[in-house]
Amino acid sequence: MTDALFDTATPARRAARGTWRRVLRQPGAFIPLAVLALLLVIAAVPALFAGIFGNGDPRVCDLGNSIKGPEAGHPFGFDVQGCDVYANVIYGTQSSIIVGVLTTVLALALAVTLGTIAGTRGGWADALISRLTDVFLGFPFLLGAIVVLNSVPERNVVTVSLVLALFSWPLLARLVRSSVRGVSQTEYVLAARTMGLGWWRVVTKYILPNSLAPVMVVATIMIGSVIVSESSLTYLGIGLQSPAISWGLQLASAQSKFQLAPHLLIYPSIFLAVTVLSVIVLGDTLRAAFDPRRRS
Amino acid sequence: MRMAVAGRILELVIVFFGVTFVIYALVFALPGDPIRALAGERPLSETVIANIRAQYHLDDPLVVQYFRYIGGLLTGDFGTNFAGRPVGDQLARAWPVTLVLALSAWFLEIVFGIGLGILAALRRGTWIDRTILVSTVLATAVPIFVVGVSAQLLFGVKWGVLPVAGDKAGWPVAFILPAAVIAIYGLAVVSRLMRSSVIESLETDYVRTARAKGLSSRRVVSVHVMRNSAIPAVTFLATDFGYLLGGTVIVEGIFNLPGIGNLLFQAIRTHEGPTVVGISTALILVFLLTSVLVDLLHAALDPRIRR
Repeated sequence: MTDALFDTATPARRAARGTWRRVLRQPGAFIPLAVLALLLVIAAVPALFAGIFGNGDPRVCDLGNSIKGPEAGHPFGFDVQGCDVYANVIYGTQSSIIVGVLTTVLALALAVTLGTIAGTRGGWADALISRLTDVFLGFPFLLGAIVVLNSVPERNVVTVSLVLALFSWPLLARLVRSSVRGVSQTEYVLAARTMGLGWWRVVTKYILPNSLAPVMVVATIMIGSVIVSESSLTYLGIGLQSPAISWGLQLASAQSKFQLAPHLLIYPSIFLAVTVLSVIVLGDTLRAAFDPRRRS
Repeated sequence: MRMAVAGRILELVIVFFGVTFVIYALVFALPGDPIRALAGERPLSETVIANIRAQYHLDDPLVVQYFRYIGGLLTGDFGTNFAGRPVGDQLARAWPVTLVLALSAWFLEIVFGIGLGILAALRRGTWIDRTILVSTVLATAVPIFVVGVSAQLLFGVKWGVLPVAGDKAGWPVAFILPAAVIAIYGLAVVSRLMRSSVIESLETDYVRTARAKGLSSRRVVSVHVMRNSAIPAVTFLATDFGYLLGGTVIVEGIFNLPGIGNLLFQAIRTHEGPTVVGISTALILVFLLTSVLVDLLHAALDPRIRR
């Protein structure tokens, strides 16, 4: 009974459903979504794809094949250690996708929590959180990550994601805060408060569902920039470490031999670029769809 | 205006202490014994350990150690490397190269970013617009080191039109390629910002009025559109200068330019922890200072921000 009375979000939800249907019909949305779905499947079960050309094991290497070009059964050729580049690129998908998604999810969780508290509570909580945001925004992203990763004892997918998340939440938190503040002043939130609903209920049922769209768009694009940052850090020698398999590590090892064997650089780069591009294009399409000024 | 400056400087002070404390806490106060790391496999006697602890003031409370570290930073002491040379000296020698590189990249960003953005906006919907849009999105999707290494291979090795690495050829020849590589990312952002804000101002009433007055379209664009649509791009360009300094880390490594980024690159490669922290801290402080200068400049230019 009370739920039926208070469920003012229904029309908004229905409108959101309409937006989604319209978005999905655009090539700017379904093409990147299809590519990302494929990459997710590759990341989940790389073994399924790695074996297509016969040599499915990224760790079966023959030094005699070092930096040999593409040949039958090995369409992408061999790397410096004589390992199959195709199998390595397929297995490398996993680390890049996990780092991108895990970092963004961690950053988003922190940003939504802190941004919502700052945006609704105001006062000293707002002041404290805003200053904290300023401090972390004071770091140029790559340099902050370099300083911290330099003293992290073991650099694996999880620790690298944690460090990247530490420097990527402030941007999102600022967005959440301003978006939450805007929504908090609307009449339906005021109405919900007047009816005596608690802070938690108002935030979860009324404020958050209506203020997260712009943040989600930026978070989508962030996945792409995080993947690029991971590979850059790994390239510098301060990101993921061997024996992990990642695009960044492959590109780093390609660096000294790329003049003789450009295929070492080309194939991991293509996978990386396609992944990042899909994320950026998807984010841009969503931004256009959720921005009322650009709706036709 | 004076209030705004004072407020901004107060904010800088807070952020400065926050940032340095975060670095300090994360780097120096992490579990792990620095003396052990210094000694490696050799066994050390109690007196030697005590001497080293006293030398580096490791027995003082954390806050005292932190303020000693801040005092060092403010007097240009960024620590010493393993060979015993002060990091500050190395920084002073490398600084001009990095500054020249970042300024060259910045110049390319301004000229090409704004130019391409305006061109795309004025030719909206044509193949020119689409080509610019697609290439800028593509440019942001490829990591900077891939672009750098490929550019080096094509322009330096295959075609031989520009030097492969090093700064022997001097400015501008030795800096064209690395500066262009760093500039690509910011250039893409600037041109997109510029495009959307030019399109927005083309649709405003004052532009319509200007057209109705019979002004030539060149005059409309250069006087009425440009001035009002440059603000987002200028804001981005201003903050991006700090990031350019960070971007030099990868590019100076690739092109072997003897700047700060290359120092950092080499320090990471040779596992010189204290040098890595010292250099990064110096770059972060420069970044903070530029962002404050930018804000003040911005307030001076845009009366709405002053308040």
